[in-house]
Amino acid sequence: MIASAAGGRPRRRVLPVGGVARRRADHLSGWAMVGPTVFLIGLFGLVPLIWSFVLSFQHSDLQTSPTSAGVQNYRALSHDPVFWQSVRQTLLYSVLFVPITLVGSLLVAAAINRRIRGITLYRLAIFIPVVTSTVATGVIFSWVLDPNFGIVNSLLHKVGIHQQGFFSSPGQALYSVVAMTVWGWLGFGALIFLAGLQGIPGELLEAASIDGCSKTRAFWSISVPLLRPVTAFLLVWLTINSLQLFDEVYVTTKGGPLHASTVVVYYLYQQAFQYFHAGYAAAIAYVLFAAILVVTLVELQLSRRLNSEQAP
Amino acid sequence: MAAGTQARMPAAASADRAPAQRRKRRRWRPSGWHLVLLPLALLLISPLIWMALTSLSTLEETRRFPPGLPHTLQWHNYLSAWRESPFGRWLLNSTIVSVACVVGNVVLCSLAGYAFARIRFAGSRIVFVALLATLMVPFQVVMIPTLIIIKDLHLVDSLPALIAPNLVTPFGVYLLRQFFLSLPAELEEAAIIDGAGRLRVLWQVLLPLMGPPLITLTVLTFLNVWNDFLWPLIVTSSPANMTVQVGLASFQSAHFTNWPILMAGTLMSQIPVLLLFIAGQRFFVSSIASTGFK
Repeated sequence: MIASAAGGRPRRRVLPVGGVARRRADHLSGWAMVGPTVFLIGLFGLVPLIWSFVLSFQHSDLQTSPTSAGVQNYRALSHDPVFWQSVRQTLLYSVLFVPITLVGSLLVAAAINRRIRGITLYRLAIFIPVVTSTVATGVIFSWVLDPNFGIVNSLLHKVGIHQQGFFSSPGQALYSVVAMTVWGWLGFGALIFLAGLQGIPGELLEAASIDGCSKTRAFWSISVPLLRPVTAFLLVWLTINSLQLFDEVYVTTKGGPLHASTVVVYYLYQQAFQYFHAGYAAAIAYVLFAAILVVTLVELQLSRRLNSEQAP
Repeated sequence: MAAGTQARMPAAASADRAPAQRRKRRRWRPSGWHLVLLPLALLLISPLIWMALTSLSTLEETRRFPPGLPHTLQWHNYLSAWRESPFGRWLLNSTIVSVACVVGNVVLCSLAGYAFARIRFAGSRIVFVALLATLMVPFQVVMIPTLIIIKDLHLVDSLPALIAPNLVTPFGVYLLRQFFLSLPAELEEAAIIDGAGRLRVLWQVLLPLMGPPLITLTVLTFLNVWNDFLWPLIVTSSPANMTVQVGLASFQSAHFTNWPILMAGTLMSQIPVLLLFIAGQRFFVSSIASTGFK
C-alpha cells in the first residue's frame, strides 16, 4: 500500500524523437505495455472498489442475486452493539499497539546502531520476527501463552504470580494480542529507524560531542528530531495496519472469549463468510475505509504541523 | 512525507561495512552494550527457540509443570506432522503462487513503469492516477467483490485464484516508474534514434541497470504473497489448494493440544523464508528499509 519509494517529484522526461509516425507508434506501444497491468488492476482493484460500494446498499448472501437495501445496512450498523464493541476494541488496540511499537522500536534501533562484536547476530535475532508469518506468530504465542502449560505462566509461577488466562480470559485477550503483535512488528520498526539513524550525518553528532553534549542528550535532541519524517511514516503505517488487524486474532482467539477480542475486520469477516451478510459486511468495509482515510489525514496533518513549528 | 522518508533511508546494511573493518585492527575492548543487547535479542528470539524446543519434545514433556528441556530429541514429530497433513503440497503451492506473482510483478511492473515514465500516450496520466488511487484501498474493501469475480470466472479454490489478484501491484508499478524517472533519458536516446523499439531499449539498455529495484520488488512481493493469509483463507477450501499459511491454520485446529506436532508443523512452514532471510539478510533489510513496506 502506501509506500515511500523513490521520492521527490522527478519530472517526466519524454523522449522528443521521431515525427508523427513515431508518436502514433508511441500510443500503441504505450498501451501495449500498460495494457495487462491496467486490465488486472482494473479487474481486481477498481471494479471491486465500486462494486463494494454498491453492495453496501444491497442485501446479498453471495449465492442468490442481491436485492436493494437502501441505507438499511448502514442504519443497522449504527445500532449494532457488537459492531460498536469491535470499534472500541480496535481503537483500544491501536492506541496501545502503535505508541508501544513506535517508542519500542526507536529504542531498539538506537541500541543496535553501533559497531560492536556480534552486532550482526543481534540484528538477525531482532529482525527474524519481521519475516515470521502472522499465522505462525499466532500459533507460537497461543502455545507460549497457554494458560495451563505455557512457559509464561510457569515463569510467572516462579516469581509468585498465579496462573493467568491470557487469550482465554475476556479481560486479557486483547492485551495479549497487543503483546503478540508488538513482538511481530518491533523488528520492522527498528529496521526502518535504524536506516534513518544511519542516514544522519556523523559530523552533526561529532560537533555536538565536541561541544560537550552527552550521547544520550545528542540522541534525544539531534537524532530524534531529525527522524521526524521516518517517525511520521511509521506512525501512519502502523496505524493503518493496526486498524486492519485480522490474522493474529483469527489464529489465537477467534474474536473471543465473549467478543472480547473481536476487532472490526474480524467482525467483517464473520458477517461476510460465516453469516453470509455480504452487503452488511461491505458497509463495514466502507466505514473502515473512511476511518482509515480520516485517521491517516489527521496524522499526516499533525506531523506536518509539528515539522513546521519546530523546524530550524 | 514520501520524499522526506526516502531521503534518509539508504541501505541499512551496506553503510557500516568499511569502518567496521578498520576498527578490527584496534585493540578489542568489550562494550557495555552487550549487557543490553544480549537480553534484548534473547527475549525477542525466545518464542522461536521455545517453538523449536517444543517441536522436539514428547507430549508428556509439554504437560509437565514446570516445563523443561526435552530429555531426548523427538525428531519423529516432524515426520508425524509431515505425514498427517500435506505440508509438502502446501509448501509447493506457496512456492508456485509466490514465484508466479514475483515473475508477474517483475515483468508487468517493469513494462508499465517504463511506459508511465517515458512514453506519452493518450490517457497515460489519468490511468496512472487511477492505478495509484487503488494503492490506498484496504484489501478488506475489495475482498468480497473480488471473491465474486473469481467465482464468476470459475476459479474458486484453485491456484490461479491465488495468483491472479497479486500478479501485478500498483505499488510495484509506482516503484519502477520512480526508478525510470531517476535515470537520465540520454541513456536511451541513442538507441531510440538508431530505430530501436521500446521493448528492445528496455531489454538491452535498461535491464542491466534495473537490479536494485527488481531485487526490492522481488523480496517484497515474495514476502507478502508467501505470508498472505486473508485472501487464501476465503478463496481456498480443499487442502490440495491451500497455501502453507492457511494449511498451518487448519493444522492448528486439528491438533489443538498436541503442541509438539503443532510446533513441528509451524517450524516447517517457516523454514523456507527463514533460510532465504538468513542467506539474503542484506537484500531483505535494504528492500524493507528503502521502501518502508512489509
